[in-house]
Amino acid sequence: MKEPEVNLELGLQHGLSEEEYNRMVEILGRVPNYTELGIFSVMWSEHCSYKNSIAVLKTLPREGGALLTKAGEENAGAVDIGDGLAVVFKIESHNHPTAVEPYQAAATGIGGILRDIFTMGARPIAALNSLRFGDLKHPRARYLLDGAVRGIGDYGNSFGVPTVGGEIYFDDCYLGNPLVNAMAVGIVKSDGIVSGTAKGTGNPVFIVGSSTGRDGIHGATFASEEISEKTESKRPSVQIGDPFTEKLLLEATLEIIKKELVIGVQDMGAAGITCSTTEMSDRGGAGMKIDISKVPVREEGMIPYEIMLSESQERMLVVGKKGSEDELQEVFKKWGLPALQIGEVTDDGLVTVSQNGEVVAKVPAYDLVLGGGAPVYERERKRPSYLDEIRDFDADSVPQPDDLNQTLLNLLSAPSIANKGWIYHQYDHMVRTSTTVFPGGDAAVLRVRKTRKGLAFSTDCNGRYCYINPHRGAMIAVSESARNVVASGAKPAAITNCLNFGNPYKPEMFWCFYEAVMGMGEACRKFNTPVTGGNVSFYNEDQIGGRAVYPTPTIGMMGILEDIDHRMTSHFKDEGDAVILIGRTHNEIGASEYIRVIHDLIKGDVPELDLDYEQKNQEAALELIKAGLVKSCHDLAEGGLGIALAECCIMDRENQIGCRIDIGMDLRPDIFLFSESQSRFLISIDPKNNDAVEKRLKGAGIDYSFIGHVQGKKLVINDLIDLELSELNDKWYGSISRLMEQQV
Amino acid sequence: MKFGVVTFPGSNCDYDTYAAVRHILSEEVEFLWHLDADLKGSDVVILPGGFSYGDYLRTGAIARFSPIVKEVIKFAREGGTVWGICNGFQILLEAGLLPGAMLRNKGLRFICRYVNIRVESVGNRLTAGLNQGQVLRIPIAHSDGNYYDYPEKIEKLKENDQIVFRYCDSEGNITAESNPNGSFDNIAGICNRDKNVFGMMPHPERAVENVLNSTDGLKLFESIRAYYSRRAVV
Repeated sequence: MKEPEVNLELGLQHGLSEEEYNRMVEILGRVPNYTELGIFSVMWSEHCSYKNSIAVLKTLPREGGALLTKAGEENAGAVDIGDGLAVVFKIESHNHPTAVEPYQAAATGIGGILRDIFTMGARPIAALNSLRFGDLKHPRARYLLDGAVRGIGDYGNSFGVPTVGGEIYFDDCYLGNPLVNAMAVGIVKSDGIVSGTAKGTGNPVFIVGSSTGRDGIHGATFASEEISEKTESKRPSVQIGDPFTEKLLLEATLEIIKKELVIGVQDMGAAGITCSTTEMSDRGGAGMKIDISKVPVREEGMIPYEIMLSESQERMLVVGKKGSEDELQEVFKKWGLPALQIGEVTDDGLVTVSQNGEVVAKVPAYDLVLGGGAPVYERERKRPSYLDEIRDFDADSVPQPDDLNQTLLNLLSAPSIANKGWIYHQYDHMVRTSTTVFPGGDAAVLRVRKTRKGLAFSTDCNGRYCYINPHRGAMIAVSESARNVVASGAKPAAITNCLNFGNPYKPEMFWCFYEAVMGMGEACRKFNTPVTGGNVSFYNEDQIGGRAVYPTPTIGMMGILEDIDHRMTSHFKDEGDAVILIGRTHNEIGASEYIRVIHDLIKGDVPELDLDYEQKNQEAALELIKAGLVKSCHDLAEGGLGIALAECCIMDRENQIGCRIDIGMDLRPDIFLFSESQSRFLISIDPKNNDAVEKRLKGAGIDYSFIGHVQGKKLVINDLIDLELSELNDKWYGSISRLMEQQV
Repeated sequence: MKFGVVTFPGSNCDYDTYAAVRHILSEEVEFLWHLDADLKGSDVVILPGGFSYGDYLRTGAIARFSPIVKEVIKFAREGGTVWGICNGFQILLEAGLLPGAMLRNKGLRFICRYVNIRVESVGNRLTAGLNQGQVLRIPIAHSDGNYYDYPEKIEKLKENDQIVFRYCDSEGNITAESNPNGSFDNIAGICNRDKNVFGMMPHPERAVENVLNSTDGLKLFESIRAYYSRRAVV
């Protein structure tokens, strides 16, 4: 293939702006060749450079707590958990590919985030995923969900990482542009973290793992555009996953790290060899010369442009220690993987690429990378006009349902609320035998082998909240994820985030992004949960449907249990236990699931959030749990008290137990039952501990009330709700599988 | 006594099984590498769960040709204890050490969940320490666990007391609802005629500590240990 001549027009076709094109020419002092244009365009794409987000992201708290590596410095952030151990975790999106080819997209999303973890020397111990799809009444939404779940399952199950949790919401704003955010967690000795760096002139550079094919070329650029009619033609931009090879790559990579044969390792994800060579060079203040004729390829005749931009999966770039080449290659041979030396580290700050003895690209590492010379923009912000209209809402204008039993059942069967077992039972959530609190509750809990400790993980974000009020919506996302790990007995420690937004060049969208990041930062500072890193996904807009997704800043929270025996689950345990509601219930059905599902309304401002109040309630709940006074603890979220009570009754399928609630209501009953007021927990305790619990709550100045008892086989609330658990079961457990299994 | 746990490329329950024996049962255990034709003096060889060689073909179809499995076949013929769990069971079927075959689960989806299984036979070393009809709570995690054989062959299994576990409800009733994957007759685990080779889809190594929400799986490890300690006394 003859390489096209590079000019401004071709640069624009590659997604560069005119300004960026000219800057590239200036940096090089010449017009680049085709390969170099490919390198610049992909490294300066939104996906790799974070050019439109980094300035705002820098306002987030990225230090403090027990953070070992700062956000953005390494492939993933690391948190010291004591006992000489660190936890590495990160969340990343794979949204655009999912819209085109859900199975492979979701699978490789998992593969990519797992590599980010083990590239640092950490063994992956858990995966989570945060998903957003259109309403399941659409065949397309069902097709995409089915494919994504199979992709996540097949990849994670085969690789051998337990998929322990996550969340999913259904809304038509995600119909054309679903969100798949994959999170992975690994554990490593605190002094054994490996950096993605290239240092020491003359040290050998290896490409290891799979061979390089034509798949995924310009995947990163694809992720930096809106979805349109042309998107279907981008199918070749979707990578293909091979979990078996990834598993071998994991074992081999950890083995070379353990044997101290390496200087640095970096995953090849977005922008493949290009990104890994430039980023590693830049981190080490070095350069690299590589000969791509030595790269094992899947097809004849691949040109340098293709080899440099391929996003073939399950590959790593390894900088070895000089003299250890044979030993390193021996390890990969044992695991049946190729490891070829393709070059060495230099001291010139350049990535020099040759093929068959001829230099085909020579580019400065620093100028290409985020934090170096990659462009940084602060985009224009404008408060969207829809906000005032949508927030203008009078709760009393909502008609009061005649039959609250039916209302509760309808809400319970709404897919965003219903049990997600149809999804998580397709994921192996127990492999590695450390998962102790399984998916389906507030947070997943894992024990940390050889210590007393445990780790809790939750992902959260209510996109509708963030659409209506990005600032408070993001604060609530952080607070709810913290509340979830607290309800599981853990102290919130750190977060990772995946910021899914529309086109940042639209000032209204960028305003939402900015506000959400500000809200997130505020909440994180309050809870002392720094941001370990994450990912930004812009351009989640679907031109066919003509809309952007809700701003969806997904939070992945980690909490630490000093003692695994403090772990807590959400479901009621024993007949006769007292039920206590912590927190206050206000007239807050704005933006709620209740008015959306029952009244088909998306109106009203999101619930108020007072961070001091939230933190106080969280601390009180956690203290009670740690004191061994609590038998169940559940966070109140979508669907409010009514749904939370129903869930507490039926969440443990093998031990279901009802409750009888008598609660004073100072609000209209439907509003009281389904209000989504924040900062609330539902706990159950042994009645012999009533006094002890009351004393502690009173002492801490907490709002609480004894609202009833665990008993029988029915959910009874005042004279409003009287339902057999079997009815609740049918709606809550059966809803999603009925939608998916009948019609797919 | 000594256990050996085979590691194929793609095995992912090898460490869990190793840890259950080493840290919970507190017995000697070693990993056995797929390319080594050496069982390292193991009394019991466990083929663990996972996706051997990726299992992109029929599950276990490649693993049966590995050097270690050739040794395992020899070892089984000599009366050694061989225990296949999940993928290990699938491999034993492919290797011809156990009768029958695995189909895809009836719902065509991977299933991971706790299930109940009933001990159908105690006339073997894996369950000798348990009671006939005892219900065990042990998780499954597989796509291909729908056990099948010709009805007349299943009759033979019954006659020879080779059906070791069947899926049941929490009361021990064998029902269609309690069959997670469509297995013939709710069969969850079987043994060979000589009762020294075992295959089961549920993962006992995942149910060996309270922190994992059940210790029922440990009973099987203990039963095997008791068999060997009795033998040592004799």
